[in-house]
This record gives sequence, C-alpha cells and structure tokens, in this order.
Amino acid sequence: MLAAKYKVGEKVKVLKAYPLGHIRTPYYIRGCVGEIERVCGAFANPEELAQMRSGLPPLPLYRVRFRQKDVWPDYSGNGADVVEVEIFEHWLDRV
Amino acid sequence: MIERSHHDMGGLPAGKVERNGIDETHDYSLWERRVDAMAVLLQGIKPGTRRLVTVDERRRAIEMLPPQAYDAMSYYERWVISLAETLIQRGILTSEELARKMVEVEGRARR
Repeated sequence: MLAAKYKVGEKVKVLKAYPLGHIRTPYYIRGCVGEIERVCGAFANPEELAQMRSGLPPLPLYRVRFRQKDVWPDYSGNGADVVEVEIFEHWLDRV
Repeated sequence: MIERSHHDMGGLPAGKVERNGIDETHDYSLWERRVDAMAVLLQGIKPGTRRLVTVDERRRAIEMLPPQAYDAMSYYERWVISLAETLIQRGILTSEELARKMVEVEGRARR
C-alpha cells in the first residue's frame, strides 16, 4: 500500500481529463478545487479491476470537500453548502 | 472525443423528483431477487465464496451500453446484462452456451 500523499485540510485540484475506460471520478467534479476531508484508506484501482487486472498496489482514496458554489457556477443555495466526493489519489494534484 | 459518458449524469437537469408515499416500498419480482443473489455469489461477497467477477467489470459493462438501451432497461435488466457480459469475457460462459440456454428457456415459456 502506498502512503497517502495528501493530508486532511490540504487543497487539491481534480484532474480535468476525459480518458476512456471505467472512471469513478464523476464528470461534474473534474477540474474543481476542493480540500481533503479525510483519507478513506487504500483500495485496488477500479480502473484496472474493470479490465480484469488486479489493480494492485492499493491506491489511497480520499473524501474531498468542495463548495457547491465552486462546482456549479449558477448555484443559488447557501454559500456554505458543500459536496463531498470520494476520489482516488491519481486523480488529484496539489494546488 | 466522448467527454461525458451517458451514464455519468450528475448535475444534468432531470425534472421533478416523484416521491413514493411513506408506506410504499420497492416490490422486487423473483427474477430480480435471483439476479441480485447471483451477483452477490459471483462477486464473492458471501464468506467462503470465490470472487469470479468484480463490481468494476460489471459497472464497465453497464457503462458500455448504448444510451438508448441504457435508458430503456430497468435496473436489474442492466445488472443481468452486465453479469452475462462479464462471465463471457471471463470465459466462464460461452456465447454459445448462453444462446442455447436462452432458446431452451424461451421454448419452455412458449409451451
């Protein structure tokens, strides 16, 4: 298992990319900036598992917190609203 | 380039959400329960069972469905398609075995 690269509270940017295959990073969150809410642990890479490979070594998975108004440009709800998405480490870059 | 896959719908306009009444529950038919049980067994979730397929392989098969088919199928129809597709890819079933069984079952239903 790889050691987690990011710490709780650290700002990260989701990779804005549209590769092929089985991708667990939702379309709407790609390119957004958020902060690490927690390290969920490490799990086999689903992109590899989907292609009948082992997906090992396990990759760190994070719960990342985004402000709704940063995700949706026309968001009209409370400015403090957030959305949390679980994202694997290889989809994140340091800001 | 396909930027957004059809299944990846988060954030798209979807209209009003119709809520069921508080006492209403989903009523699953027998075939749906069987498909669910088959998935649990094949994914090795039950202790002592071997993992023959992964949920990610099944998700991939569902995500590869043409948009029209994806929308037309019910939840467990998509599940059964994904199980069949994955078992064929894994070499656990052949297309011929599945074809012959489907003809047999269809014949049984017609009688």
